[in-house]
Amino acid sequence: MSPVLTETHAVPSPIPPGSPEPGPARRDLLDLETLPKADLVRLLEGAAAFRRVLATPSRKKAVLTGTAVANVFFESSTRTRVSFEWAAKRVGADSVSFVSAGSSVSKGESLLDTVWTLESMGVDLVVVRHESAGVPLFLARRVSAHVINAGDGCHEHPTQGLLDARTLLDHKGSLAGLKIAIVGDVAHSRVARSALWAFTRLGAHVTLCGPTALLPVDASALGDRAAGGSVRTAARLEDAVEGADAVMALRLQTERMERANLPSVADYARRYRLTRKRLAGAAKDVLVLHPGPMNRGVEIASHVADSPKSLIREQVANGVAVRMAVLCWCRGLDPVEAAS
Amino acid sequence: MTTLFVNARLADPTSGSFANEDVLVDDGRVAARGTSARTHAAAARAETIDLAGAILAPGLVDVHVHLREPGQGDKETIATGTRAAAAGGFTSVACMPNTAPVLDEPARIAWVLERARKVGAARVHPVAAITLGLQGERLTDLAALVEAGAVAFTDDGRPVSRAGLMRHALAYAKDLGVPVITHAEDLDLRGDGVMNEGAVSARLGLAGMPAASETIAVQRDLELAALTGARLHVAHLSTAGSAQALRAAKARGLDVSGETAPHYLALTEDAVGSYDTNAKMNPPLRAAEDRDAIAQALVDGTIEIVATDHAPHTPFEKQGEFAAAPFGVVGLETALSVCWTHLVAAGRMDALALLRAMTTAPRALLGLPDPLVLGAEADLVAFDPEATWVVDPVRFSSKGRNTPFAGHTLSARVLGTWMAGVRTYDALEQVRT
Repeated sequence: MSPVLTETHAVPSPIPPGSPEPGPARRDLLDLETLPKADLVRLLEGAAAFRRVLATPSRKKAVLTGTAVANVFFESSTRTRVSFEWAAKRVGADSVSFVSAGSSVSKGESLLDTVWTLESMGVDLVVVRHESAGVPLFLARRVSAHVINAGDGCHEHPTQGLLDARTLLDHKGSLAGLKIAIVGDVAHSRVARSALWAFTRLGAHVTLCGPTALLPVDASALGDRAAGGSVRTAARLEDAVEGADAVMALRLQTERMERANLPSVADYARRYRLTRKRLAGAAKDVLVLHPGPMNRGVEIASHVADSPKSLIREQVANGVAVRMAVLCWCRGLDPVEAAS
Repeated sequence: MTTLFVNARLADPTSGSFANEDVLVDDGRVAARGTSARTHAAAARAETIDLAGAILAPGLVDVHVHLREPGQGDKETIATGTRAAAAGGFTSVACMPNTAPVLDEPARIAWVLERARKVGAARVHPVAAITLGLQGERLTDLAALVEAGAVAFTDDGRPVSRAGLMRHALAYAKDLGVPVITHAEDLDLRGDGVMNEGAVSARLGLAGMPAASETIAVQRDLELAALTGARLHVAHLSTAGSAQALRAAKARGLDVSGETAPHYLALTEDAVGSYDTNAKMNPPLRAAEDRDAIAQALVDGTIEIVATDHAPHTPFEKQGEFAAAPFGVVGLETALSVCWTHLVAAGRMDALALLRAMTTAPRALLGLPDPLVLGAEADLVAFDPEATWVVDPVRFSSKGRNTPFAGHTLSARVLGTWMAGVRTYDALEQVRT
């Protein structure tokens, strides 16, 4: 008879013992890919409610009094950081910001050391931006504070995706069946990745458009097809814009030229700059989005950015409201109730 | 010391026999096999080991291991790495030269051999660098390195990017009668990729390494083998295209061979899941089609060797940003079980065929003798193919804990390992109680 081995010890985990697990038990906003539709919808409703709060004389709803928020930015960012700082103030939380550009590796400090620093300070919510994809998840598995992803490498930028969806909903009421084009350096865009999850989960049909060298090699795992949405890619701008209800232009990063994804900025602009003429094939009431900051004349013509079709300013305004809703939701509050 | 193994199913992958057979080991060598073992004069003073129907086989040989010494003892040492080898059933390992300093001088080869003699729980066969400092610029003193004990040449961890230089290395190694092991990769095409390029990398927002960055380089080196007539061995094959290229090269009659690693046979890019740095290695885990093509190539004999590419790193190095974490996973202590589970127990590969890929074929590449021949040094492994176990990296003998198989339930458990008749690993009691 063969000897039989029975092992009874627990299955080991790469996560240190005692670490909190991300998931239903705790609320982190790490990505929109795994955010259930019910939460997505509630966050967007909460954002609308907070938009109304921002229109009141006090412009404030102090529902998170005493909550300590740390904005930890390993990549320089003004717009997103300021938006989160405003949002924290508007819900009565205390926030501090660390800006420390450059990877922790290049500085000789490990992410684990960052984790210990945050733990020692007794932070309740960590808003993190990092040049490396996956860092918010890494932190969420190791800190007791709830983690909000403010952009991780080329992965996701979920609050941006929420504010994009909120802005379109303000005008369209529903995204179900809408045709939305996302144009630019999609392969390296966390904005595009978050937006496509939000849009498709709400039933929109998304076309990712850009030069093939800047499109995902395989888009088959992108987008929530089960929710009625779809994702396709197109290298020709005319194909993506045809009949589109909304077009989002992405910021072109000049470093892409150095890596030979593109011959030149001028070449990109010649083929993909959003102009009035190129939008002619879109729906009559087409809406234009841009996450900012814009390279006017490169990915978007000024006359489009400043036209009535452009929702770019509304996106910024919705950003604060969305982040107020997210801060409340991560602390276990219902964002709609928190705003009322 | 004399040992009599009884109630063993003796797997002899070289001869093809797989039957109940006793083995008597006397003074480190195989003294008798079969019915004559118990009646042999030396049997009277033997310690009897009852294997209770478990398999006894030639000690496993791994042609691709990073022992990390000299210079990187925080990752692994020759002592811990060979203990890990013994725990996985290996009696011989070939160690890669990307240490600090690089194994590009005869004295360093001699140092590794001396260190292994003192502390090794397995035989260590050093592989020397092709180019000084692995810089891909100037050839090492190949002849002197062979004289010092190097069994092959490689710049593993990085390719020799210049085709002209690689041609000369192959031609020179041919004169010396040793193989060149190529880490085939087009670095320009790989770019800053950190995982396989495909649907998963697109979803995670991680830079991809296209399969073509391996396949193109494999094809180049196979052409150089044709040009020089040299003995070329292709390390860690992971793509369907590479397997096809090797198949075609063999059909042309080239003197080439290839290896793959257990993780390419068992896992796909999905194992990266949510940025698991313990599933990050180079070449990366590929698509399901690649995994299946690599397994098929192993089954049909195109790829004749399973090697682990055992690459220990400290937990600190692996705990951090996925993009910044070093490439590499450990494999010595899970290799046999992973292959057994996914190939033999799964009914896709014959037990003897797998053992050939882990014993006979790697021995042929390194020029090592068959340990089951009468009078040969008795390098043996005993394992129970029925025993299942759960991989717990904390229990590894290796310093490395970086395995993608943590928590996996595997079949086939090593019961004991013997190097020239001396026990280097013993789990008989542990497994039976």
